[in-house]
Amino acid sequence: MRAPLSWIRDFTPVDAPVDAIVHALNQLGLEVDAVEEPGREVLGVRVARILDVVAHPNADKLRLADVDFGGGQTRVVCGAPNIEPGMVVPFAPSGATLPGGFTLERRTIRGEVSDGMLCSAKELGLGDDHAGILALDPGAELGDDVRAVLGLDDVIFDLAITPNRPDAMCIVGVARELAAHFGLPLTVPEPEVDRDPAVTTAVPVAIEAPDRCPRYLAWTAEVAMGPAPAWMQQRLVKAGVRAISNVVDVTNYVLLEHNQPLHAFDLDRLAGPGIVVRLAADGERITTLDGVERPLDPSDLLICDGDRAPQALAGIMGGGDSEVDDATTRILLEAAYFERMGIARTSKRLKLRSESSARFERGIDPDGVARAAARAMELLAGVATARPSTATVDAYPRPAERARIRLRTSKVNGVLGTDLTDAEVIDALAPLGIDVQGSGEAIEAVAPTFRPDLEREIDLVEEVARRVGFDAIGRTVPKPEHQVGGLSHRQHDRRAVADALVGLGLAEAVAIPLIAPEAAARFSAVAPVQVANPLRAEESVLRPTLLTGLVAAAAHNAARGQSDVALFELGRIFRRPVVEGALPDEREAVAGVLAGMVRRAPIEPDRAVDAYDAVDAIDAVVRALGVADVRIESASAPGFDPGASAHVVVGGEVVGVVGALDPAALAAAGVAGPAVAFELDLDGLDAAPRVDRQFRVLSSYPPSTIDLAFVVDDSVHAAAVVRTLRAAAGDLLEDVRCFDEFRSSQLGPGRRSLAFALRFRAPDRTLTDADVADARTACIHAVEAAHGGALRG
Amino acid sequence: MNLDDALALLDGARAEAEAAVAAAADVDALDVVERKWLGKNSPATAVNEAIKTFSADDRPRAGQAVGAYRSAVGEAAGARREALTAAAAATRGPGIDLTLGGHARPRGHLHLVTQIRRELEDIFIGLGYRVAEGPEVEDDWHNFEALNIPPAHPARSMQDTIYVDLGAAEQMMLRTHTSPVQIRTMESQEPPIYVVAPGRTYRNETLDARHSPAFHQMECLAVDRGLTMADLFGTIEAFARRLFDDESVRTRFRSDFFPYTEPSAELAVSCVFCGGDGCRVCSHTGWIELGGCGMVDPQVLAGVGIDPEEWQGFAFGFGLERIAMIRYGINEIRTFFDNDVRFLEQY
Ligand SMILES: [Zn+2]
Repeated sequence: MRAPLSWIRDFTPVDAPVDAIVHALNQLGLEVDAVEEPGREVLGVRVARILDVVAHPNADKLRLADVDFGGGQTRVVCGAPNIEPGMVVPFAPSGATLPGGFTLERRTIRGEVSDGMLCSAKELGLGDDHAGILALDPGAELGDDVRAVLGLDDVIFDLAITPNRPDAMCIVGVARELAAHFGLPLTVPEPEVDRDPAVTTAVPVAIEAPDRCPRYLAWTAEVAMGPAPAWMQQRLVKAGVRAISNVVDVTNYVLLEHNQPLHAFDLDRLAGPGIVVRLAADGERITTLDGVERPLDPSDLLICDGDRAPQALAGIMGGGDSEVDDATTRILLEAAYFERMGIARTSKRLKLRSESSARFERGIDPDGVARAAARAMELLAGVATARPSTATVDAYPRPAERARIRLRTSKVNGVLGTDLTDAEVIDALAPLGIDVQGSGEAIEAVAPTFRPDLEREIDLVEEVARRVGFDAIGRTVPKPEHQVGGLSHRQHDRRAVADALVGLGLAEAVAIPLIAPEAAARFSAVAPVQVANPLRAEESVLRPTLLTGLVAAAAHNAARGQSDVALFELGRIFRRPVVEGALPDEREAVAGVLAGMVRRAPIEPDRAVDAYDAVDAIDAVVRALGVADVRIESASAPGFDPGASAHVVVGGEVVGVVGALDPAALAAAGVAGPAVAFELDLDGLDAAPRVDRQFRVLSSYPPSTIDLAFVVDDSVHAAAVVRTLRAAAGDLLEDVRCFDEFRSSQLGPGRRSLAFALRFRAPDRTLTDADVADARTACIHAVEAAHGGALRG
Repeated sequence: MNLDDALALLDGARAEAEAAVAAAADVDALDVVERKWLGKNSPATAVNEAIKTFSADDRPRAGQAVGAYRSAVGEAAGARREALTAAAAATRGPGIDLTLGGHARPRGHLHLVTQIRRELEDIFIGLGYRVAEGPEVEDDWHNFEALNIPPAHPARSMQDTIYVDLGAAEQMMLRTHTSPVQIRTMESQEPPIYVVAPGRTYRNETLDARHSPAFHQMECLAVDRGLTMADLFGTIEAFARRLFDDESVRTRFRSDFFPYTEPSAELAVSCVFCGGDGCRVCSHTGWIELGGCGMVDPQVLAGVGIDPEEWQGFAFGFGLERIAMIRYGINEIRTFFDNDVRFLEQY
């Protein structure tokens, strides 16, 4: 909210420097977003009257306005739609200065000379209203400085008020906080209302939903419609509200001053006349002041006339039918208290927010309703020659009770870490309108009704903290005594996996887990979890695989001339829950995509990435975790080339996939070149048995090595032969690896030669030729028996 | 052969050998010359063989002559070998060019967010904290209700929530903050509790320069007997000083509102780039806003079965991308999620 200092001073004589006030407001939690001093920067802007408006010969959206600025007449080009002859406006002639240090010069716009400009409120540094030229009081003296006319020699605090502090959304509320902080009196005069004995209209009020409307005050008055006086318009403009008419301006003025939303109905347009406060019927509709017809729900609260016809969406917006206008002579002023959640629900459902609804849903002062209504009548008497009725109908069956809260000084100090005395605690609270009695462990505080946030002891502790200031609180560092800090095994594993992939040369990517359904379908066969309220289709499902983000990253880089990438990501993937109503099956995975070329030139030749690069990554992860017995088994998977892909299997469970990506899936994702990938389920790997890390004594005897080559069918996997060799070679086998794959026409189609190097070593002696020969024979027989593999000469 | 024959033979051989050594064009030729004039079939060997037949008087002279021959020819050959080696070295090429740059094995990189996350985790581990985690898709209880944010509470509209299409309407959502991990930790663990919860959080925004539907936060929760707001402020200050590696960093707290803490405060640290004088990083205020903090609301404690009269807690949280942006001058949040290799490889 925007709070002009001149208005605050109506209620407390704060005269501290502006920075001291800003500091106080910030400490108190009324955060100052901006401080505006419009008068400082507006120089030479004068009051002028528009004499005539004619079309610009060369531009449709511009017009030419002839203005009289007291000392003479001139012509300006203006783009605002709202100008008309007779209007009194701010005129910035050439040489005048506007906020931002902008000085006007005489210039030609589309062939027409403009001797300065007419100003909107925003151009004068008054809020954001840029919709049209600011209309000034028609009685203002032409040629006068607008600073005086608009009261610009003021300081305006733009405050961000947190939702728990509805009381601070008004001038009196801000004044109360500043008065408390600076130790000044707060004076809010009782309104003086001269009721006209000749006006006695009393409108009956029937509240059919008392839970939703605990208080409804209806008060009629005879009024003379017209513009509000300049002083009131100035204040509204500085507070960021447009002046409309004297009656509407008064309701806005009281809203800003006292935080009480008011509504003025044209009494003669209300049937009955009477007021019925009721819930909407199913299928009922109302057209609100903004001209929008809105379908209603039986939980919406309506203000209706004596014929039960809807006249306002309670607490949110009035209806068009009973709006006041120039022809209005009698009004019904509504001042009410509506229940917070009800307003919040309707406002949210209709996506209709207003200054009123924002206040009702945060909670206004139920006890302040009558005073605010009286303040409005007092002002209306002055600005609209109002004659208020002698009869005020105030339906308030169960007056609000003030919260009584027990407060312990020990609790205040225990939470804040302070050493405050009873007197300091009480002195902190009393200026906020909190009645405080007692001492020590039995302070009784009675909260004012304008502070719905004060219900519990801790709420008062916070008030004390705000008042004494956080600077009064010390700095200590607690040390946990029951534990030492550290990572869990899983957290260590996660770091180990990432470090292993980094060691392999991959760069870690972090992608947004919200993706397009078709992207998900490209790399996953499972139905993804859907977003219920997506902003766009590209972010409408949760990723069931990390591959989508990595492939998208490869595409992003390729589009920037960086087609060689080696990326991995470690993060959550989501699947629909196994049990209805449960949270999704959220798993942690690690995946990688390598695309383009592996650059080794000039020392080695460059080459395209191949599926074995992805197998290297699997190997790095598996070894980082020390997972025992991982198998790669040929299999197809969504998005992978079926001829070059495999499952990663641990203990019979598929925990991942590895291979070359399918060119069609890549092309659809915007990647041209070859790309390979892997994905591993870390939750699955985490459960797998780990290798035995028990130390084995290192033999000091020499090893003995043999090479064996077998001719086998293509269907026989190298890894299967290795397992057979390991099993057959006996305890003396130290290591076995495949070192050659070879095909030839002699071997015939569908067959290949696989060569293995076996290293033997005994812990306690040098091996004899006979030892190795026995093992060799056993290996040859085993491979022949298991795979039909013949020893190659 | 008698002594005279031997001396004559050695004299002649020595002249011939020295000429051959001088004539050797390279080390290989010199090897041949050496074998011939100093090897098994050389004149020196023949004389040595013959010495046994000489008289006792003649033998020493003959032996001396053989020694003189060997050392003269050997020295000449050694000098020649040195000269030839030096000449060969002078004419050999420049060796291999080690500036070609190696096999070009690429260096990998952790994402900047991971680096910051680990750094922060390690700071808190040093303070004795454990690292807590929770699901990214949350239920209404953990994300809102248990944190004092009932349905229709104004604080809900502060958070643009992404709901998922599971169960009843608006009952499951992508967590809007890491605070539900506080609830899960307190539900599963008796106090005292000292944890930090890093993780991904979500807002219903489209990715652009200043908004992202997903980003990362870290939250700290401590629940113990007698914890105070001074403990909260002191912990934040200790953390901030480690984070910026500067013991002169000051902290500033201003009253704020969060539904799950009371009292609540916005937390800022003095700008390490200008020392508080004001610069572009701190928008000329001298302070950098990092996040929010407060004492855990007693109702939140009670809601998870912790007696707020016995235990008190504090919590604070901040964004990981924000810390990286401040530290490295990164100006657009989308930079973190485009995964451009030029960005990834810079860190
Ligand atoms: Zn700075």
